Amino acid sequence: MIGLEHYLTVAAALFVIGIFGLFLNRKNVIILLMSIELMLLAVNINFVAFSSYLGDMVGQVFTLFVLTVAAAEAAIGLAILVCFFRNRGTIDVEDVNVMKG
Amino acid sequence: MTVIAFTFYLFAVSTLLGGLMTVLARNPVHSVLWLILAFLSSAGLFIILGAEFVAMLLIIVYVGAVAVLFLFVVMMLDIDFAALKAEMSKYLPIGLLIGIVILMQLVVAFGAWDYSAGIDDRLVAPSAVGENTNLLGLLIYDRYIILFQLAGLILLVAMIGAIVLTLRHRTDIKRQNIIAQMHRDPAKAMELKDVKPGQGL
Repeated sequence: MIGLEHYLTVAAALFVIGIFGLFLNRKNVIILLMSIELMLLAVNINFVAFSSYLGDMVGQVFTLFVLTVAAAEAAIGLAILVCFFRNRGTIDVEDVNVMKG
Repeated sequence: MTVIAFTFYLFAVSTLLGGLMTVLARNPVHSVLWLILAFLSSAGLFIILGAEFVAMLLIIVYVGAVAVLFLFVVMMLDIDFAALKAEMSKYLPIGLLIGIVILMQLVVAFGAWDYSAGIDDRLVAPSAVGENTNLLGLLIYDRYIILFQLAGLILLVAMIGAIVLTLRHRTDIKRQNIIAQMHRDPAKAMELKDVKPGQGL
């Protein structure tokens, strides 16, 4: 029978895949954003699994808010990316050094 | 193996495959398509868990909006993705190392997890059918109304921010001036000349 730990395992694996993607695609900001989406999805799976197995709907309410923030983050991130590409003609992370930080 | 278990393993495997291929795919368009597979199959997982409203929301918001936004940006930007991918193998060892370290940490954390006595009584079986949407509505429109409004505000700020960031007024192209068009009249737009025969203007 499928228990809570099965879902936690899937979520943990998905989270690690997201982190792996962050390190693997150091140059391509688009894939970096997608990796962040994957990590947020893993968190959402955890929330929904706990919410469902504990019979508490608040976990799903929180998933809703995580989803909202993820969508807003993707929109702003891609807008900044488009803006950056217009000015510099590249999306390489290592070229993002205008502020010399 | 029951039908539920089979469905769970199907969706779990395709979620993880989608995630892995998103990260590894050479072509970013393929990456986005694998990302859509991961979202769709995790929506399947949510349906098994009985959270059908969140599952539908995942399909509408992520597949319908976010993934399509990614697809637009990937296709709009004229980038040599092969050059960006060329150095991928350089980061492979450190990526694998950190991935394995974090996986080990998660295994240690979950492995040492002690359930308290009587946990099986408190765990409820996820109900695949029920009044999920109804219950969620009762919560977000009542107890969490402030948070719900704030979520809307976040989306509004994100929308305005994205428009402000990407809007630009180009000066090197001709634009339609509607006010000027509407206020044209024949008296100003043309002039009648009485041309004498044999003289010309």
